[in-house]
Amino acid sequence: MKLPIAGAIDCDLHPAPPGARALLPYLDAFWRDQITNRHIERMPFTLMSYPPGSPFAARPDWRPASEPPGDLDGIRRHVLDPFALRYAICNVLHGAIALFNEDMSAALCSAVNDWTAHELLDPEPRLRAAILVPPQNAELAAREIERVAPDRRFVQVLLLAMGETPLGRRVHWPIYAAAEKHGLAVAIHAGSTYRVAPTYAGWPSHRVEDYVAQSTAFETQLLSLVAEGVLQRFPGLKVVMSEGGFTWLPNWFWRAGKTWRGVRPEVPWVDRAPAEIVRDRVRFTLQPVDAPAGDPAVLRRTLEHIGSDRLLLFSTDYPHWHFEGEDALPEGLGGDTIRRMLVDNPLETYPRLGDPAPGRRRAGASRGAPKPARKRGTVARKEAP
Amino acid sequence: MSRRVVARASEVEPGKCRIVTVLGREVGLFNIGGEYFALSNRCPHKGAELCRGMIVGLVGSDGPGSYNLSRPGEFLRCPWHGWEFDIRTGQSWCDPKSVKARQFAVKVEPGTELMKGPYVAETFPVSIEEDYLVIDI
Amino acid sequence: MNVALREPKAVQRLTIVDCDIHPTWRTPAELYPFLPQRWREHMAAWGPFVRQGLAGQLPFPRMMAGGMRVDSFPQDGSPPGADLELMRRQHLDANGVEAGLLIALSRGGLEERNLDFAAALSSAINDWQLERWVRPEPRLRAAIVVPQEHPEHAVAEIERRAADPAFVQVMISPRSSDPLGHRRYWPIYAAAERCNKPVAIHVAGFSGGHASTGTGWPTYYIQEHFAQASGMQNTIMSLVFEGVFERFPGLRVVAIEGGLAWAPALCWRMDKHWERMRSEVPHVLRPPSEYVREHVWFTTQPVEEPDNPEHMADILGWIGWDRIMFSTDYPHWDYDDPRQAFKFPLTGERRARVFRDNAKALYGLP
Repeated sequence: MKLPIAGAIDCDLHPAPPGARALLPYLDAFWRDQITNRHIERMPFTLMSYPPGSPFAARPDWRPASEPPGDLDGIRRHVLDPFALRYAICNVLHGAIALFNEDMSAALCSAVNDWTAHELLDPEPRLRAAILVPPQNAELAAREIERVAPDRRFVQVLLLAMGETPLGRRVHWPIYAAAEKHGLAVAIHAGSTYRVAPTYAGWPSHRVEDYVAQSTAFETQLLSLVAEGVLQRFPGLKVVMSEGGFTWLPNWFWRAGKTWRGVRPEVPWVDRAPAEIVRDRVRFTLQPVDAPAGDPAVLRRTLEHIGSDRLLLFSTDYPHWHFEGEDALPEGLGGDTIRRMLVDNPLETYPRLGDPAPGRRRAGASRGAPKPARKRGTVARKEAP
Repeated sequence: MSRRVVARASEVEPGKCRIVTVLGREVGLFNIGGEYFALSNRCPHKGAELCRGMIVGLVGSDGPGSYNLSRPGEFLRCPWHGWEFDIRTGQSWCDPKSVKARQFAVKVEPGTELMKGPYVAETFPVSIEEDYLVIDI
Repeated sequence: MNVALREPKAVQRLTIVDCDIHPTWRTPAELYPFLPQRWREHMAAWGPFVRQGLAGQLPFPRMMAGGMRVDSFPQDGSPPGADLELMRRQHLDANGVEAGLLIALSRGGLEERNLDFAAALSSAINDWQLERWVRPEPRLRAAIVVPQEHPEHAVAEIERRAADPAFVQVMISPRSSDPLGHRRYWPIYAAAERCNKPVAIHVAGFSGGHASTGTGWPTYYIQEHFAQASGMQNTIMSLVFEGVFERFPGLRVVAIEGGLAWAPALCWRMDKHWERMRSEVPHVLRPPSEYVREHVWFTTQPVEEPDNPEHMADILGWIGWDRIMFSTDYPHWDYDDPRQAFKFPLTGERRARVFRDNAKALYGLP
């Protein structure tokens, strides 16, 4: 079904990530040298999870003739204008996060964030963005959050669902501290850096399996965050699970809750049922809707099982192919649920969206041409965490 | 309701449960610091023999990585699924329903901030007459 | 809320089939009569060789009593599940079990890294099941333990036992070196299909070489316990998307101890994304949910507990009342009692199906 109102907020949208060459103006002299001399600038930094030519990566009518899908013009023509959106949050899934060299990854992430501000946010005031951070090193990630946070058009921190260690582990906590401090949500987005096998039995043979398996990754990440006490330790933190589906949630509530009652003394800081913690602090973007399209009663019943209309955040997941035409909403949702999902839940999750002004730029940055090379690379390289 | 003598007080030692049968029902007797309590030997969750479970203290926490043990010997963990029951009251320990306003990183004060669970194990009032334990059942 | 008296043990309106009981040995030496001398010596000198840092214990310690029901410890100090008399008294007799299906979890063929030892152990454990359990107790049936990472030996063991009705199924672990749908394992499915025995996939505590989640190793047992549900989902996905059910149309698979409330949402998700991504898997001719509907059975334990018990009725209806089989997991801590497993009313017909008739039909029990 179509959106019934204007002014909705799309909480998961994918601009085409910049190739390495496009990032060169945003790197300092050292990293420009490295990226050029090592021929890294010829590399596409495409994540294995999202092969651009695959049918699901872009809906056929959203796929431009020559460019990769997700250019700014396409975002306007296919999403911002037809859905009359108030805002759309850009999750730029750049492969810099899959490198092993933490410093190079951090430098490239910074460049991606600056590119996003300049190429997407500056020309298009309806766009907001996620801060891409190097997941391999939480201190470097926190540093990047500190650097970018003053630009309030960035509303969340972006992490992938499948990394090397579960995201609740204490080693990752500097990321959550920085995000909480700056009123940024933490978005865990479908995808993998493939540091470990995507299943506990190893490596599936097909991408469709890896994609479907993302829901099991979200289950384990959600339990990691809850069991490790991340949401206790950072009481102001909100977490968004992006592009992971949500119809797996009732089983998660029931199973995690039942086990918790039996093993509570193992994790005594978990002082409420896991379902209650999640209903309070975790949100889920709408697409993909993993329910039978031809039977809306199933989705309705599943939402009753979930037991809250505050959890869903509207998303198109543009340009990924999850719906046809302008039927961005599944059948089976009530009017109040729709309104909450389109506007209220996103505003509650992302306080920065409520800023009266369109957004402050970072002090010292100028409109137009990219900044000349900075010494950030030196800082990242030489300073110990 | 009737009153029944069930055991000598000296037969119920601290840290150990004594199970007796009264009017065809199994009841577990507990001694916490000289006070006596009686619980039905049936877990209200799934029907296990509750009183054959482990007698433990209460684990609380100030936050991740913090483990505080208090009220030793005052809790019973069901022998099957490990649910925790306050021996004094039969109240099960953890539950979502009654703690909507709860804040995080709570320091659990002994006896005051227990979160009530969805079930209560049946208890029976116990009194001591001379050396004998008497329960109302 | 005060609770009613427990029903007296004598009253048992329905006899049941329990699809998951865990026998064990008093000491590993109990296996020696079934092991060739060469492997007895190997076992004594080298012991099991599995993929974890600790020998003889799990790196995620269980919460109470080593993960066992506290009331299931035999008087003589044997481990829970080692004493047939206690199992009879406390479980088979008390719960009206007319057939109990053994799942011999062991450092046996499934996880052992030395594949020849794995083959010897599997065969020994299968002989041990017969001698120690099935012959003395006719209510019990066994599962064929196989060295799954050596499919040739696994097939030989299946064929060795195929004609013996004491063995009602083949047993493998979902924590394998490759996802179970991988063609490496197809000889096992071919053999199971040939001898018309279902393949039981029972969750495991030992790794086949990978972290217990696709996001790395968890920290706490609460996570490790949940990982079994995620992993069983991945296993079903693998069987579907590798085309195992197309290739072996007679194959039946039983998902044991992975829970089941995740199954409908997984099927919806698989269907949705198969529709868009079918070009990658042209051998998957039909929607994934159809394969699951036709080929997969689910045991109930550890049954999920929604706050509203009627929600569980929705789940079971979506899965299909003919595909659900009751199990207790005796003597483990998260055991389900047959009287209490479902907190919503079942019709007489559904109760009979879940607690007895579905298993009888699947396994050909009298």
